[in-house]
Amino acid sequence: MERLILRVTTKLLFAPIILFALYVQFHGDYGPGGGFQAGVIFAVAFILHAFCYGLDETKKAVPQKALTVAMVIGLLFYVGTGVATMLLGANLLGYDSIDPDSTHHAGQHYGILLVEWGVGMCVASTMMTIFYHFTGREPDINQEDW
Amino acid sequence: MNFAEQLPVLPIITPLVMAPVTLLLPKGRAPWAWATLASWLTFAACVFLLREVSASSAGFISYHLGDWAPPLGIEYRVDLANALVLLLVSGIASLVFPFAYRSVQLEIDERQSSLFYGALLICMTGLLGVTITGDAFNVFVFLEISSLSTYALIAMGARRDRRALTASFNYLVMGTIGATFFVIGIGLLYQATGTLNMADLHDKLAGNHSRVVDAGFAFIVVGMGLKLAMFPMHLWLPNAYTYAPSAVSAFIAATATKVAVYVLIRFLYSIFGFDFSFMGSAFTFVLLPLGLAGMFVASFVAVFQDDVKRMLAYSSVAQIGYMLLGLSFATVEGLTASLVHVFNHALMKGALFMAVACVVLRAGSHSVEAFAGLARRMPFTTWAFILSGLSLIGVPLTVGFISKWYLLQAAFAAGHWYAGFLIVASSLIALLYVGRIVEVMVLREPAEEGKYAIPARDAPLSMLIPMWIMVAANIYFGVNTELTGEIARRAAEALMMVAGGAP
Repeated sequence: MERLILRVTTKLLFAPIILFALYVQFHGDYGPGGGFQAGVIFAVAFILHAFCYGLDETKKAVPQKALTVAMVIGLLFYVGTGVATMLLGANLLGYDSIDPDSTHHAGQHYGILLVEWGVGMCVASTMMTIFYHFTGREPDINQEDW
Repeated sequence: MNFAEQLPVLPIITPLVMAPVTLLLPKGRAPWAWATLASWLTFAACVFLLREVSASSAGFISYHLGDWAPPLGIEYRVDLANALVLLLVSGIASLVFPFAYRSVQLEIDERQSSLFYGALLICMTGLLGVTITGDAFNVFVFLEISSLSTYALIAMGARRDRRALTASFNYLVMGTIGATFFVIGIGLLYQATGTLNMADLHDKLAGNHSRVVDAGFAFIVVGMGLKLAMFPMHLWLPNAYTYAPSAVSAFIAATATKVAVYVLIRFLYSIFGFDFSFMGSAFTFVLLPLGLAGMFVASFVAVFQDDVKRMLAYSSVAQIGYMLLGLSFATVEGLTASLVHVFNHALMKGALFMAVACVVLRAGSHSVEAFAGLARRMPFTTWAFILSGLSLIGVPLTVGFISKWYLLQAAFAAGHWYAGFLIVASSLIALLYVGRIVEVMVLREPAEEGKYAIPARDAPLSMLIPMWIMVAANIYFGVNTELTGEIARRAAEALMMVAGGAP
């Protein structure tokens, strides 16, 4: 086995990083954190994976196609929540319309949760796409290409 | 959902929802058709919005995002000034998008086509967002959305010419410095007033003469000056316009700098107002001389270009000088002239860059040699170029004449008679650089062989029709000034009232 210590450490760290990302994601409503930070942390887990096992292995686990779809769905989650509140009769992103009978503005919680989820998804997949493109790049640009 | 109530947000949300979907569509024709549909829907929303604003008794429509009341919440505030710019941006988009198909097919890798149209839609969203919002920080956010997608779009020109990469990087650095200055300025204003809502900022800044506000003002003017390519901060612009894909040049040349001019007007008149101590000196010692200098220096440089796109880019810098000149008079007439020219210049530059895109499609180059004898090979494209070129010079019956007429009237009314003569003199330089290309197109023999031999075929109808609609708009708005002149005047009066100047 090559680089045993690295492999085991990565395996050990991978799940806690994802867990921490989810913690930051869901904690974002009440304290510091939110979709953007969570997305970055989530992507870090896969970047660590790529550092240890190589980019090709990571691309097998999470292909670029899937990332593109995740990016699109993430953004649509965000704007979709806004459009949904419009369809429910409020202004864009008027979350109160999600749960209008609530006495403690529960709609605000649901609304921001959905939006942050979209942001998290979009940021995580974008971060990984950027990483894929930077590391997957040809080391040198061919002289004749200039 | 109440359509009328939600109308102000539709120009933003329509392209924003539709842009990500383009990425999932099969490559080729589908993303283009989808983006074109998005641009038409947005245009329709903007037309309704302008009608609504024009009819409203308050003079503006306010929309509260997330039902949070301003000044705490983000407000979209549409009055006549930004309704006009919204109409302009979405109108140009609704012509450039259908036009783009063949040009993009040639210039962009097909695998990137869905990314290209997605970025173009996001760019449009950003420009519309900058225009519509009534929140100073929101302006910055949308400005970044439009700028980042513009950098990517310009870099896509690298498939034809690798210099697009350095042009895009240059623009990225300069644009980011501009945006940073702008956001520092907003930060200083926020520190001084504790609010970001534009109307609220205006109220709280009244009588506030602290150093912080002065510094904020300077940062905002310089930041926006970079974004709108105010001479001498225009150096990013020529390369960016030259090496961008042709359709992108047509779109951003007609919209991006215009939106930045609008933001400058909005900040100077609606936020700072004449009560602010620096306003007078900013107009007299910064905007007026730089506007005049830009008119001449950039026009002179344009005369000596051997690349038509670069020539048009320098001409854009010169035309921005006219807009700055108009708004620096600080009168209703001057502001009207500036707004009218924002609209009219977009029409002429849009049409000119579209004509160049047609030539690139057939001749494969935008250097002056490629235009030799074009009148015989591509008569429709040539005449579109000539008519919009006449408009650029300011010949009667075209929009260019209307702009210059308003500007001349404003110059004499404001007592800057010398500016009036300089406007006419710089128009003569425009005659030189446009005339040079027209001479090459009409009188020169077409190249029979070699690099620039053009097949005797005009551009396809999918390009000719949008281009000629744009040319027709150049003439229509040059004869009928009811829409542009009238709305611009009412918008200028409203802006002036808020600014507190003499009406």
